[in-house]
Amino acid sequence: MRYGTGPEVLHDINFTLEAGSFHFLVGPSGAGKSSLLRIMYLAHRPSRGLISLFDRDIAMLSRAELPAIRRKIGVVFQDFRLLDHLTAFENVVLPLRIAGARDEQVRDHVRELLHWVGLGDHVDALPATLSGGQKQRVAIARAVITRPRLLLADEPTGNVDAEVGVRLLYLFEELNKIGTTVVIATHNETLVAGFDHPVVRLEHGTLGLVAGQRRRAG
Amino acid sequence: MAKSYSTLPLKGDPASRFLPWIVALKVYLAALALAGALALNGAVAEWQGARAGTITVQVPPPGADDGTDQVDAAVAVLRATPGVATARALDRAEIVALLEPWLGAGNVDVDLPLPWLIDVKLDGETPLDTAALDARLQAAAPGAEIDDHGEWLARVASAARAIQFAALAVVLAIVAATVGTVVFTTRTSLALHHDTVELLHLIGAQDDFIARAFARLALGLGLKGGLIGLALAALTLTAVGTFSSGLEAPLLPRLSLTPTAYLALALLPVASALVAMATARVTVLRALAAMP
Repeated sequence: MRYGTGPEVLHDINFTLEAGSFHFLVGPSGAGKSSLLRIMYLAHRPSRGLISLFDRDIAMLSRAELPAIRRKIGVVFQDFRLLDHLTAFENVVLPLRIAGARDEQVRDHVRELLHWVGLGDHVDALPATLSGGQKQRVAIARAVITRPRLLLADEPTGNVDAEVGVRLLYLFEELNKIGTTVVIATHNETLVAGFDHPVVRLEHGTLGLVAGQRRRAG
Repeated sequence: MAKSYSTLPLKGDPASRFLPWIVALKVYLAALALAGALALNGAVAEWQGARAGTITVQVPPPGADDGTDQVDAAVAVLRATPGVATARALDRAEIVALLEPWLGAGNVDVDLPLPWLIDVKLDGETPLDTAALDARLQAAAPGAEIDDHGEWLARVASAARAIQFAALAVVLAIVAATVGTVVFTTRTSLALHHDTVELLHLIGAQDDFIARAFARLALGLGLKGGLIGLALAALTLTAVGTFSSGLEAPLLPRLSLTPTAYLALALLPVASALVAMATARVTVLRALAAMP
């Protein structure tokens, strides 16, 4: 994969994620973690190679079919990407709205989730009034509100202290327990060491070292 | 009750504030051009309608005698002609009155040789054999001329059509300019909200979901601008109507609009709104097609 006519930022990447697995994607800044996630959440098309998601070859899908695939993927962006004019509730309900649900149909569900991530008292708060950690949790709630089959999180603990970071990872584990495949990109290997999940290491644009189990790479 | 909110915060954009006034100006110009074309259409039809059932016979100015014998003979010929309902010779006072718009009241010299005019109304059922009538008139009043107004009407209608085509071209140019303006403002808006649009795209929004937000806004702004433009045009047309009704120009037709013409003008804001909506939608869909 390359951006425009720039150098190749990812190459020789070959792996399969088992359904219901939990992986950490680690590596130094600039290793290509975010780029790999961008390919996985279909924000970028690779310049070559094959991507198969939910048993579908992405290259063979029509443009009209892609939104349905994207709705199966929850993404926690590194910079949160909350909509500043919407409240915490409205940000979280967004994926459901896009899928055609009306706010009043899902109000209780969304409030419950916000309570679950510790933001029960900030349902109507605008992002500008929230701390970095609170924004992060709103972004996580938005990513998981649809119970996605695949959750991709890009440095989800990057803006929170260690204690909150651990709590967020427990939250991802809870989601994983109900069947969601989870991939968490982070450079915080100390945090990763506290959890017993496979680790995929990305260095210089390629998969270099793997720790843990259940990973098939070539 | 849940408050209503928009996923895309488009309403506060500078481009969104600017669009209704541009549309208002364009609808104003389009309304004036369209009103002119439609009024002219009515005027030409009125002329044609008024002249269709009449002809005028002109008997040359009298020489040594006063010519009334020739006029009487011509009237008699006309009244005996199949297809003629009435034939009436205008007296000198009526003929002078016809000239006064050009020469001014009281400026027609009593010695000025004027042709006699016979106003003929046709019954509209029996076709008039103009050639046979002309031959009989020449025998009764040598030099008499039949004027069925056809040539004059054809020239007037031709000029009117040219003006109407010009007005139509103006309206089309205005539509094209409106499309261009909406494309520009929509692209500006897309650039301003690129991050939001990309986020919606990435979390699974169909292109139609995003395009609808832009199209809905453009529809509202187009309608608002259209109504402002139409209101301004209505004020202008009322002022022009009031001013022109005070003019003494008997040969000019009465420029008035039919109910259909009023309806066409009233639909301009709707048309501007629909053009804005469709343009915004197509612009957004094309921009989204460039996303992966």
